[in-house]
Amino acid sequence: MDTDRSLGESRLMRALLILGGVTILVLLLLLPLIIVFGEALAKGIGAYIHALKASDTLAAIGLSLVVALIAVPINTLFGIIAAWCIAKFQFPGRNLLTTLVDLPFSVSPVVSGIVFVLLFGAQGWFGPFLQRHGFHIIFALPALVLVMLFVTLPFVARQLIPLMEARGSDEEEAAISLGASGMQTFLLVTLPNIRWGLFYGVLLCNARAMGEFGAVSVVSGHIRGATITMPLQIEILYNEFNAVAAFAVASLLALLALLTLVARRLVEWRYADELAPSRAG
Amino acid sequence: MFASRPTVHRVLPGFGLTLGLTLFYLSAILLLPLLALFVRASGMGPAQMAALLMTPRVASAFRVSFGVAFAAALLDSVIGLLLAWILVRYRFPGRRLLDAIIDLPFALPTAVGGIALTTLYADTGWIGAPLAALGVRVAFTPLGIFVALLFVGLPYVVRTVQPVLADLDREAEEAALTLGAGGFETFRRVVLPPLFPAILTGQALAFARGVGEYGSVIFIAGNMPGVSEIVPLLIVVRLEQFDYAGASVLAGSMLVISFGSLLVINLLQHWTRRRHGH
Amino acid sequence: MGIAISKLSKRFGATQVLDAITLDVARGELLALLGPSGSGKTTLLRIIAGLESPEAGGLTISGKDALALPPRARGIGLVFQHYALFRHMTIAENIAFGLRVRARRHRPPRHEIEARVSELMALVQLEGLGHRFPTQISGGQRQRVALARALAVEPNVLLLDEPFGALDAKVRVELRHWLRDLHDRLGLTTVFVTHDQEEALELADRVAILNGGRIEQVGPPRDVYDQPASAFIMEFLGEVNRLPCRVRGGKAWLGENGPSFDAPHLADGEAFAYVRPHEIELLEADTLADAAPRVRSLSVIGPRTRLHLDYDGHIIEVDADRMLIDRMALAPGGQVGVRFQTMRIYRPAVTRPV
Repeated sequence: MDTDRSLGESRLMRALLILGGVTILVLLLLLPLIIVFGEALAKGIGAYIHALKASDTLAAIGLSLVVALIAVPINTLFGIIAAWCIAKFQFPGRNLLTTLVDLPFSVSPVVSGIVFVLLFGAQGWFGPFLQRHGFHIIFALPALVLVMLFVTLPFVARQLIPLMEARGSDEEEAAISLGASGMQTFLLVTLPNIRWGLFYGVLLCNARAMGEFGAVSVVSGHIRGATITMPLQIEILYNEFNAVAAFAVASLLALLALLTLVARRLVEWRYADELAPSRAG
Repeated sequence: MFASRPTVHRVLPGFGLTLGLTLFYLSAILLLPLLALFVRASGMGPAQMAALLMTPRVASAFRVSFGVAFAAALLDSVIGLLLAWILVRYRFPGRRLLDAIIDLPFALPTAVGGIALTTLYADTGWIGAPLAALGVRVAFTPLGIFVALLFVGLPYVVRTVQPVLADLDREAEEAALTLGAGGFETFRRVVLPPLFPAILTGQALAFARGVGEYGSVIFIAGNMPGVSEIVPLLIVVRLEQFDYAGASVLAGSMLVISFGSLLVINLLQHWTRRRHGH
Repeated sequence: MGIAISKLSKRFGATQVLDAITLDVARGELLALLGPSGSGKTTLLRIIAGLESPEAGGLTISGKDALALPPRARGIGLVFQHYALFRHMTIAENIAFGLRVRARRHRPPRHEIEARVSELMALVQLEGLGHRFPTQISGGQRQRVALARALAVEPNVLLLDEPFGALDAKVRVELRHWLRDLHDRLGLTTVFVTHDQEEALELADRVAILNGGRIEQVGPPRDVYDQPASAFIMEFLGEVNRLPCRVRGGKAWLGENGPSFDAPHLADGEAFAYVRPHEIELLEADTLADAAPRVRSLSVIGPRTRLHLDYDGHIIEVDADRMLIDRMALAPGGQVGVRFQTMRIYRPAVTRPV
């Protein structure tokens, strides 16, 4: 059947629908993106670069990278372990476990932050104990990392679990029957089969780790130069009416978001490419 | 030599280890903090909790958070359906690009979206200015929250409806048309019903996200107590006042709502799958 | 020194998939596990391989208690139904896998692995394809790669799960002969699972027929075909006619005055008589035939003719030589004499449509 005008609607109707949809898309979704770059470059490239080189901003960028560099590998490892457990075995409570892994997705960012304040804050369960022994968790890097671990927990696992379930365990069983150990089976047989899902999961995890705002805002204490990540820095600059600088930092995160979107398209295109796997690298 | 064997013996190795590690990590990072929250919140006693939840400021924050999230999810389902329709059924230049842009609110950090939307809808903004001329103020009013949640929730509806729409049995529509139904009739009676569970699911997802949204909203909201203040902000305010108990109660209620929505969404997804025959 | 299975039982949930199976596979034998789907044959194979474990029973392979050993220590090579080739490795890498994953002290040096891989590829007639990926070769070729991969680790026992199930009819027949050839050359103890009775009867030294988790009969193909132990086997292995009969004093009567056949082991009462289409001899209607049914229809199938006869209200099928039919000038409506060459009498617990 003709894909266009599938319900026999007139050409005009179709055109109107498309026009309407595109307009809404542009107004609602595209304009905000354009504004980010528009405002960032409003005073020219020079001002843009200058804003990014401010010491506070550089510190924020550095901190965001550090937190991501710690949290993402940990949650990637967790994602792989959890996916192996959930996708390869049947056991009672498996569905509950999957729901638990998905939980952080449905929790409000502020709530994700407050739970750690309740554990490590000045009136928290462990707070006073840790403070007495010189461990600073809340309002310091450890709290940021913990919150990030909580918030980005599901990302890699959610990509890997359906992928590994769809692939089945035939190849792994074959490897075991040929004498491979568990680790060998995972590294030589499973990993190559899930590499694109893993890549995309890590990308998503990283994007969220660098862009998380609400949860970090609660536990950070906003200590200049020490516990301010990029999103927090954006808030500070914006509230100081320094629009160019705020949007300059925002533009970096926006670029990261665009990179994630592009990577997703490429990965989707790649999956369909299973018919003729290339040998490059 | 011929011995009886105990039951569960798995071929693939690593079950015990991976299950143990998974449970340990989930307990430490996820369950323990949530437990702390519930313990703290319950330390308040039901009478006090009720009193807190019914103070005008709190009650109005809940009304705002819920009401606006619900309205935004509703409008999102209409827009989402339209977008899903044109992306699935029509071919036009730039379709693929548009399809990719749908995911933008998923990928864009909330603070970035927040300041961009505020700038856009402020009285001096590209969209805000013409609207202000018409007497409609968006930024710093509940309408601003509405727009922000519209932005954030849209992909949930589109991405939930799209696959179901793409898999629809076109022959049923063709049959309806040959039997004399007009385009709109066919849409209403043949196309829409099977899409309904998916639309509801997308709506529920958008709603759940909207209720707890923070970064996209606090810049554009205005945050005036009783008018445009959202519950997440209220929690932050209480924390800053060191009212841990109060903050916990609010956070706990948000959590209960999250879990409730999760349950509803799961049921809806189950319904979609059954209707759809997956 | 082959495989000894003793009272193996396995259940999945509420279903008893295997019920106290006892079977011996002689060294160097090619045994077929034949049965309908759900009969438990694949489960039995997987238990032998070590991919499932039984609730009760014993298993020895080459004299050792296999149940105490993981798959790799049992000396088996398994070929999966859907091949389970490693899709991200080349053919050569697939075949070499079992050798490469060995612990360092058991691992042969690289050049030796490569030599073995080449040798195996020549054996399965896939020379020159080593650099290809599984998705780039045909189904029959993939099957042979799976075989070569299993053989690379020099197993004592070869296990094949429905090896030709997913292939075209023509390829299936070719590979059948090729597999038999290979077996004769290598002399490996081989067990293969199939639901195709023609395949089992053509390939195997012995056939074990499973039904509902039990072994109904084990024996050389000829024995199983000519002297089936039960009605199920009779019906499963090829076309069959079934006629109701009555047993009296060790003899089964087809009708009041009908022909009678020996049925020494059955008590008096109702029973069924089974005969194959080619076991019915055609004679002139007025000779000393067992009966003279009317011809309902005739179909010519190449060199043979298939007749449907109305025997007392039951339709029976006869498979006869075409020249004979022409000579007798048979046509629908005419009468023909039949003599039943062999009749087997059973009293099955369950009757299925024949």
